[in-house]
Amino acid sequence: MANKIPRVPVREQDPAVRATNFEEVCYGYNLEEARLEASRCLNCKKPQCMAHCPVSVKIPQFIAKVLENDIAGAAKIIAEDSSLPSVCGRVCPQESQCEGACVLGVKGEPVAIGKLERFVGDWDLEHAASQETRETVSNGHKVAVIGSGPSGLACAADLAKMGYKVTVFEALHKIGGVLQYGIPEFRLPKDKVVAREIEKVKKLGVKFETDTIIGRTVTIDSLMDDESFDAVFIGSGAGLPKFMGIPGENLNGVLSANEFLTRINLMKAYKEESDTPFYVGERTVVVGGGNVAMDAVRTAKRLGAEAYIVYRRSEAELPARQEEVHHAKEEGVQFHMLTNPLEIIGDENGWVKAVRCIRMELGEPDESGRRSPKAVPGSEFEIPCNTVIMSLGTSPNPLIASTTEGLQTTRWGGLIANDEGATTREGIFAGGDAVTGAATVILAMGAGRKAAVAIDAYIKEKTAEQ
Amino acid sequence: MFRIVEKRLLAPDIWLMNVEAPRVAKAAQPGQFVIVRGTEDGERIPLTVADYDREKGTISIVIQAVGASTRKIVAQNDYLADFAGPLGQPSEFIHEDIETLRGKKFLFIAGGVGAAPVYPQVKWMHEHGIEADVIVGARTKEMLIIIDELRKVAGNLYLSTDDGSEGFHGNVTALMKDLIDNRGKHYDEVITIGPMIMMKFVALATREYGIKTIASLNTLMIDGTGMCGACRVSIGGKMKFACVDGPEFDASLIDFDEAMRRQRMYKSKEQVADHRCRIGRGK
Repeated sequence: MANKIPRVPVREQDPAVRATNFEEVCYGYNLEEARLEASRCLNCKKPQCMAHCPVSVKIPQFIAKVLENDIAGAAKIIAEDSSLPSVCGRVCPQESQCEGACVLGVKGEPVAIGKLERFVGDWDLEHAASQETRETVSNGHKVAVIGSGPSGLACAADLAKMGYKVTVFEALHKIGGVLQYGIPEFRLPKDKVVAREIEKVKKLGVKFETDTIIGRTVTIDSLMDDESFDAVFIGSGAGLPKFMGIPGENLNGVLSANEFLTRINLMKAYKEESDTPFYVGERTVVVGGGNVAMDAVRTAKRLGAEAYIVYRRSEAELPARQEEVHHAKEEGVQFHMLTNPLEIIGDENGWVKAVRCIRMELGEPDESGRRSPKAVPGSEFEIPCNTVIMSLGTSPNPLIASTTEGLQTTRWGGLIANDEGATTREGIFAGGDAVTGAATVILAMGAGRKAAVAIDAYIKEKTAEQ
Repeated sequence: MFRIVEKRLLAPDIWLMNVEAPRVAKAAQPGQFVIVRGTEDGERIPLTVADYDREKGTISIVIQAVGASTRKIVAQNDYLADFAGPLGQPSEFIHEDIETLRGKKFLFIAGGVGAAPVYPQVKWMHEHGIEADVIVGARTKEMLIIIDELRKVAGNLYLSTDDGSEGFHGNVTALMKDLIDNRGKHYDEVITIGPMIMMKFVALATREYGIKTIASLNTLMIDGTGMCGACRVSIGGKMKFACVDGPEFDASLIDFDEAMRRQRMYKSKEQVADHRCRIGRGK
């Protein structure tokens, strides 16, 4: 039954405290809070939330189960469409998806769908409720999954449930892809959430081979010809950093957000026991306005820096989730909007001492619908700093495409694949950022699941032919 | 976990490890490198491949224990936590026409532990009927490594030491000049691997002689697959990633001063971790 109570606030760590630690910012709902929030859902006949979810999670149905105090039931409903609710509940841009379409949002605050999903996901990880315990009978077919990020994990899990013998190949030493090296601990806890999600996939019988770089350690052709994998799914993400091409980018103290975040998240450089060094100066400028930029700037803040965002458009165009921008501000991050770097200036030893910027103003909307920024002549100024972190987006790694005959890519390096994930070469499927370029966890997960269905159909058809 | 099949001390603080990594051994080519972690909390350290045995499924690496992380790697006796590769582009010459290669005179110039990654390249040439000359230089006699192995596959092997305790008294560049100026040697191509400062001076010298020169850059790296960009270098004024575009580049185009400066980016922190108490150790 819908009621007229306001959106149930979620408990968070105090901003002043959390700006000095790596503990999770948001504590999430407890059962009581979750049920109260669930009671706000109108259970619309034509649920707009569901229509705006990239994987069409049956949102009103799972929320109804939460209200009934049947959390296991809620988990099962989500599991039909999403394999990573604990992750997506934390990192999805709900305001532009489900919550953005919620009818309650027209006059007031939308239902906190993300927080409810997270609650159900975490409860499920704790209780292992939706996890299949039945023995899956192996169908004898082998599938290789390249990359252990969201798309690879989702694809591998679904294929394993169908009876395939799945091996996931990961280039790094840890499983999880961007969930491991990219998204920081304070937004996505590694032990509590990521490790458990991976454990779930392992329990399905999926094998993982870390330290294996496809295209270098072994090629796709060798996997198919010598190791008799019937099909391959490529979920290798978009891992290559971009730089601006401005003077001074090779100065000491300039690094990609990927490097900075990998040192901190994957290598745990902020921890005493880690051997990996990191560098953050007293004043750190992060260039960019996406989620990765927010992750980098908030990480720099936590490591003791005065932290600044430099972004060439205005706040309304920031591609980051609202929640991240809000959290960053609460933590004391300062924003230089409508500002674009022209040059990084070094001292006599080759270390960064300032970024020379120019003010921007917004012109007509470009093809992306965002108003394109234009430089204001004569408005150059300097921001003194010791670290500059470039967070300008990432692109797919060309390694696999360049070592696999017949795999075609777009002009910007994305693998060409149809809606089901089939690439230009038979038996090879792809999904996630490797196809779309840097996007979201939920889209990658959805693509992995679609490809699993297509791989199953492909192998069955192939077997029937023989 | 990757099993250490063999481990031996080559020189003070310089170890050779033979590691079981069948996939890497099968794929490795001269010029490529691997990323190694000694333990779970260890740093990812790039090390150039020193040898490979495809049948036994093993790869050799040579590590000089100079920092906290490299010391942790050489402290392992049974297993290494991670061993990923082969990474980077293989040496350019393996793609060249064999007859063209046979018509060229190659000189390899190695300094210190650089002798180790030079070995598989000279060996490859030897196996393809090309006898390349090799210079190996070190501070002093006991720091010269892989000499016996190189002698078997090199055309002429020349040694140099800074203190004159073995071979030519002087550095590798001086020895190269001596070979060309005074001993009638002629080279079409030089491949140099060693400390950046040495490669810089080799490149400056070979430019004078107009000899095409390749250098292998040992930059900072994390993933080694193009993700972090820590390894970026300026090659002919263009930004390149040593991990995927290299590690070998045309030495005349490398901005060595920038590369050396970038190599020191995390130095202050590493030095703290590297602090070794020397009190009471005598000389």
